[in-house]
Amino acid sequence: MKTVYERSPGLTEAPMHYCPGCTHGIIHKLVAESLVELGVLGRTVAVAPVGCAVFAYDYFNCDAQEAAHGRAPAVATGIKRVHPDAIVFTYQGDGDLASIGMGEIVHAAMRGENITVIFVNNAIYGMTGGQMAPTTLVGQPTTTSPQGRARAGQGAPLRVCEMLATIEATTFITRVSVHNIPRLNAAKRAIRKAFQLQVENKGFSLVEVLSTCPTNWGLSPVDAMRWVEQNMIPTYPLGVFRDTEGGT
Amino acid sequence: MARELMKGNEAIAAAAISAGCRYFFGYPITPQNEIPEYMSRELPKAGGVYVQAESEVAAINMVYGAAGAGARVLTSSSSPGISLMQEGISYIAGAQLPCVLVNIMRAGPGLGGVQPAQADYFQATRGGGHGDYRVIVLAPSTLQEAVDLTQLAFDLADRYRNPAMVLADGMIGQIMEPVEIEPRRPAADLPAKDWATTGTASSGGRRRIINSLFLHPDELERHVLAIYRKYEEVEKNEVRCELHLCDDAEIVIVAYGTTARIARSAIAKCRRFGIRVGLLRPITLYPYPSGAFTPLLERVRNFLVVEMSMGQMIDDVRIAVAGRKPIAFYGRTGGIVPTVEEIVRQVQALAQGGAQ
Repeated sequence: MKTVYERSPGLTEAPMHYCPGCTHGIIHKLVAESLVELGVLGRTVAVAPVGCAVFAYDYFNCDAQEAAHGRAPAVATGIKRVHPDAIVFTYQGDGDLASIGMGEIVHAAMRGENITVIFVNNAIYGMTGGQMAPTTLVGQPTTTSPQGRARAGQGAPLRVCEMLATIEATTFITRVSVHNIPRLNAAKRAIRKAFQLQVENKGFSLVEVLSTCPTNWGLSPVDAMRWVEQNMIPTYPLGVFRDTEGGT
Repeated sequence: MARELMKGNEAIAAAAISAGCRYFFGYPITPQNEIPEYMSRELPKAGGVYVQAESEVAAINMVYGAAGAGARVLTSSSSPGISLMQEGISYIAGAQLPCVLVNIMRAGPGLGGVQPAQADYFQATRGGGHGDYRVIVLAPSTLQEAVDLTQLAFDLADRYRNPAMVLADGMIGQIMEPVEIEPRRPAADLPAKDWATTGTASSGGRRRIINSLFLHPDELERHVLAIYRKYEEVEKNEVRCELHLCDDAEIVIVAYGTTARIARSAIAKCRRFGIRVGLLRPITLYPYPSGAFTPLLERVRNFLVVEMSMGQMIDDVRIAVAGRKPIAFYGRTGGIVPTVEEIVRQVQALAQGGAQ
């Protein structure tokens, strides 16, 4: 019998709590596979956020620290400075990273901390029940922008990759998506590259992964994938925004 | 190291390095800037790491990460900055991580001023952030004591897996005194940091999780009760206090830190006038030396609490005295340091039986 699919040894056997159709599970697996393939799982320390991925420490099969809301890059800085040989990554949502934690992410990038950031952007606060995020699209209804996000007064989406790519000390900044298989494979390559750069002490890398929230978007899983392609990607174009090392 | 004339802030920083601290994360604020400046200069020489954080909020979370990774780690700040750190201190206590905090207090509230004050007593001794927890609080009155207590703070933090704070004020931070700083090894009986996140390859595959989240109330209550069992041990083992000329005293001044220094001079003066006055000087503010009051309650006629605040430690004196003797209060605030004469006048008024 041929095994065609199995759990990555980079993940624990804990059942994930994510909603049906949410892509956190896929992104967890891409991270786990990358750590296993690079042979660094045993020296990895994950930093979990506050938000839907708060229990990431139950799912990644490595040591982990749970950070306060938005502070994961600061916590990761503390870990990495004590154990420079550890592979330290943060796994953060858009409320965590782009709203309350904007100071921490910008300054971790500014210092060129040799860490990897997995930034999961689903344009909404998921865990707390679908409130407006800085990444919410203009016109997108949420529980705190019931008429749709209005540019006047509520502003327009914050593009984290484009902003961080202006910071001189960063190494690799890219935006990917997992809404279809070719995009998923490209996301895997980007995540693995980001960790490879850390292994090589090349500095700060961030992979933004566009993700779904069928529950709070009010869409079926399939429609949510389509919504990423049709609505999010025009606002958040995929691509590499900074890559000082080149290569693949 | 021979005795050396040092500034308080630098002596505290040097003491931390002598106790094995190799990591410092901080943010500039007056009047404690000599601590990060010293650390940025001296830690790399000791093989350590100094990081200037973008804010006190980030600094305390870097401390969380480093403490969770098993390091001896220090941050320092002054009152408004310590306020910003309170969320992180709560997480550190909740996750049961050891770290040392230094608060060189300045006057508040708000931006306040940069002159010395003791108005962060409530914040320091009642947890300070959200939730059920305490911080071990040490209050030096001389620079040598600041050195000794800073060294001790690292052992206490490691022993109880809890934040320990050196609570001083701008006076202690800025004056110069001779100090002797001997290298201090961690106590031999400290528990191993087998909970630290160093990677599962170093733990035989056992995953270590640093966390303060417990969504099930039963689980969280058990967690908090376990933390409070540690505090019972702290209260049993770690109370420190100095009694000065209390054996025959009818009036006992209760003061800590800078005000205790001034009270000592006032006591010398009052004794020359024939007033039998002594000093009870708490060295640990949490755990508070309530038991030290008990033997005094028979003979002492009045307690006089002196603080550079509008009256904060006086609440702990009230708890300790439990209504059995009158307690007077003298406080200056806003950055004003009480003079010897002011305290002498308070003592004289009490000695003459007059209310202050």
